[in-house]
Amino acid sequence: MTAAAFTAFAPFTLLGAVTIAVMLLIAVRRSHHLIALSTIAGLLLCCITLPLTAPASPIAVTPLFVVDGTVLFYSGLVLGSALIVAILSYAYLDGSTQGPREEYYLLLLTATLGAAVLPASVHFASFFLGLETLSISLLGLIAYASPRGDAIEAGIKYLVLGGASSAFLLFGMALIYADLGTMSFTQIGTLTHAGDPHDLYREVGVAMILTGVGFKLSLVPFHMWTPDIYEAAPAPVTAFVAVVSKIAVFAVILRYFILAEGHADASLRAGLAAIAILSMLGGNLLALLQDNVKRLLAYSSIAHLGYLLVAFLAAGSLGLEAAAYYLAAYAVTSLGAFGIVALLSAPGSGRDADRIDDYRGLFRTRPFLAGSFALMLLSLAGLPPTMGFIGKFYLIASGVGAGLFWPVAALVVGSVIGLYYYLRVLVAMAMPVPAERIAAPPAAVPWFGNAVIAVLLVLLLALGAYPAPAIALIRMTVGATSW
Amino acid sequence: MSLLWLILIPALGGVLAWIAGARHPDWPRWIALFVLAIDLLIALTLIGPAVSSGRTAWIASLDLPWIPQLGISFELNLDGLSLVLILLTIVLSLISVVISWTEITDRVGLFHANLLWVTTGVIGVFLALDLFLFFFFWELMLVPMYFLIALWGHEHRFYAAIKFVIFTQGSSLLMLVAILVLVFIHQRATGHFTFDYLALLGTKMSPTTAFWLMLGFFVAFAVKLPVVPFHTWLPDAHTEAPTAGSVLLAGVLLKTGAYGLLRFVVPLFPDAAHAFAPVAMALGVIGILYGALLAFGQNDMKRLVAYSSVSHMGFVLLGVFAWNTLALQGVVVQMLAHGISTGALFILVGALQERIHTRDMRLMGGLWGTMPRLSGFGMVFAIASLGLPGLGNFIGEFLILLGSFRVSVPFTVIAAIGLVAGAAYALLLVQRAFHGRASPQPGTAQPIDLTARHLAVMGVLVLAIIGLGLYPQPVFDQVAPGLAVLQDSGAPSVSASTQLAEAAR
Repeated sequence: MTAAAFTAFAPFTLLGAVTIAVMLLIAVRRSHHLIALSTIAGLLLCCITLPLTAPASPIAVTPLFVVDGTVLFYSGLVLGSALIVAILSYAYLDGSTQGPREEYYLLLLTATLGAAVLPASVHFASFFLGLETLSISLLGLIAYASPRGDAIEAGIKYLVLGGASSAFLLFGMALIYADLGTMSFTQIGTLTHAGDPHDLYREVGVAMILTGVGFKLSLVPFHMWTPDIYEAAPAPVTAFVAVVSKIAVFAVILRYFILAEGHADASLRAGLAAIAILSMLGGNLLALLQDNVKRLLAYSSIAHLGYLLVAFLAAGSLGLEAAAYYLAAYAVTSLGAFGIVALLSAPGSGRDADRIDDYRGLFRTRPFLAGSFALMLLSLAGLPPTMGFIGKFYLIASGVGAGLFWPVAALVVGSVIGLYYYLRVLVAMAMPVPAERIAAPPAAVPWFGNAVIAVLLVLLLALGAYPAPAIALIRMTVGATSW
Repeated sequence: MSLLWLILIPALGGVLAWIAGARHPDWPRWIALFVLAIDLLIALTLIGPAVSSGRTAWIASLDLPWIPQLGISFELNLDGLSLVLILLTIVLSLISVVISWTEITDRVGLFHANLLWVTTGVIGVFLALDLFLFFFFWELMLVPMYFLIALWGHEHRFYAAIKFVIFTQGSSLLMLVAILVLVFIHQRATGHFTFDYLALLGTKMSPTTAFWLMLGFFVAFAVKLPVVPFHTWLPDAHTEAPTAGSVLLAGVLLKTGAYGLLRFVVPLFPDAAHAFAPVAMALGVIGILYGALLAFGQNDMKRLVAYSSVSHMGFVLLGVFAWNTLALQGVVVQMLAHGISTGALFILVGALQERIHTRDMRLMGGLWGTMPRLSGFGMVFAIASLGLPGLGNFIGEFLILLGSFRVSVPFTVIAAIGLVAGAAYALLLVQRAFHGRASPQPGTAQPIDLTARHLAVMGVLVLAIIGLGLYPQPVFDQVAPGLAVLQDSGAPSVSASTQLAEAAR
């Protein structure tokens, strides 16, 4: 490894070092504040170093990783989102007194490490290691220190289904390796291009990889775990699963498909289009039936990942840009939405504030959080002046540009269905406060919790009303990548 | 820059009103009044001659970079058509604030914020000339209007509000797809990725493509207008909305649909639109008769007025697709007159409901005895609505019929029957509610007649409708250059018209 490669890889190395430092710190002194603050500081440091290493890229770091503009963008998104989740977790866990809270941050850091290296992976080995580091840490986080039985149940569910999906993924990788004798994305691309386009081993292998990834991205029909786990996990962890893990997995599969030329395969494209359409329609239709806000957001995230596949299928420079912008919009919006759920919840009470009834009259009791939540929901629904609106426009543009008739049609239909349930929550918030809650004043939200939401809100509105800087950044990073 | 202020002032005023609402319930009202008055002043200073130059006739324009990477700019242009519609919008918004003074007592800050934001969106729609910017404002109107209906409406408000949103959003996403296809076709032809309306005018495409794209735009505007069979959201939304919401919906939001047809559908796809004209005119005529028929059958006074809107908007559709000077001038006057007269009728129904707590005409009768002022104004606007000469609606309907007569005699004849039907439901309204024997009123024993605030509003509206009826020339002068430009760009190409002529032969 050259010095330049070390420099380029520094943010990831640093994240590893922070993880170890936090682990040692827990051994020395157990203090929730200390550990949380050092985690936040460490993640902040990684976020700051990432752009500083930009001049060193693009560069291959060992055969396993590459650091280029796309990595800078997606890993930056992962690290930034993880930072916000860490701050929200601090606000969330601060009120809880049950059990040790310090190891939570350790798991958060290892999960982030796994997620951060995924966009940089160009090899099955790093792909799988990153994914497993992420998934196994998540397993701990989902079931973490909850007095509730359903969190444990959710953890087990994630373990079993996650294990099965990893097995699919591994089997798929093995088939491709058996066929082509290489695990590097680029070489797979070269060999596929030279060989038989309808090779059975490879086609089955790719289908199995898609199954595994479909589980992680919770696409229909691999979505069954999503609502249960979103509901049962502590709200900040839900935010992590919904945002960080999705961005990371999406980035790596994007790279795999582009480098290994999966886009060229017509049957694969048809399959992906079918999955996209099913996710958009299924996610939105099932969300209609929910009375629990976390489950509702879970189904909506299924639909959003379906929308994202439209840009994925469109490929080309417009498609890549659209996917990057949409993921950024999705990250800001979902972090905001789940963050507000987290701030409204008291972890000791046995359940999060996740029933629609909990949101009745929120505009009166907590005007700032309610107003922010309203704008986050409007962004999810794709209405102006939010990032979600520009994002959806970008997706439709990429789909129309690539002539994807059915996926775009499903996107339109899905968006219209989606309006119904988002607006339902909005109306609940604007209703009068229920009688039994008038007497009890709401618990105070820590200032940094509000500050995080305020930052997300400013991003949501500023980049929604004036998206040019975000698009310029995407062109500078993702757009400048030579695949 | 005044165009930007025209949009920014109500937008920021809305935020201010919302914040102020937490301090004192009356502050948002005064803020909204003040903000809209300033906006009105700005709009009034813009009245003046248009600067004609070839394909454009702008009174004022503004072009700022917005999303240069995607060929989107913040391009606002004002011509006479936009100006009169903006004036109508601001005046009706002002009136909405005034008449909500006693009706809205709950969440006053949020109410006025939403009202101002609807106004912002509508003004933006009338000004935007970049297709993306237009779509942005088009969507921006939606959510505040939803809130106005869903939070301050009547019994079935949630159902009505969600129906309104789903109809509008579904159709407008179709329009977005059509916009994008148009932009990509233009890019393939010229290499420029742009959403600029003037650049996209005259984009060459196959007749089939043009037809489908035209349909994509048409559906979005047809839902807003509304055109039968896309009208079913309207009676629900109008009936369930609070009075101010109904006034804005009928007076202003419906006009955005007509404006879209005038500005976008016909000029962007002239040949397709002219080929489609018989169908559209037939839909217009169906709307006129069907709306009138349904209005005739209503017991709910507000629903009656709502269905009369469907009928009046049928004339607008007929006039737009007749596409000649007379018809287009008629369309403009019809839009203004409908905004005034229907707005006034909704205000009166709202006032009536506030006093006797019902909209059911079976429970009314003989109101003239107890509320002479309200009933008097009610009769004035009912006969305006039926198209009595001397009042604004007559000018609009007459010019539209005159214009469409040159294009299609049968449609004109059938549409004229609609006038008779209009007389029937309007007079029935007067007869059942205001005349006849006084029926015992539920609620208060002696309802109070209109107060000074309502009288002032009604006075302004009566003057406006009479002015428009007796001396519409200033409006024609103001809109003529803009309409001429539109008419020019919307004229079918020579080859298409000869083809049509041959087909006719």
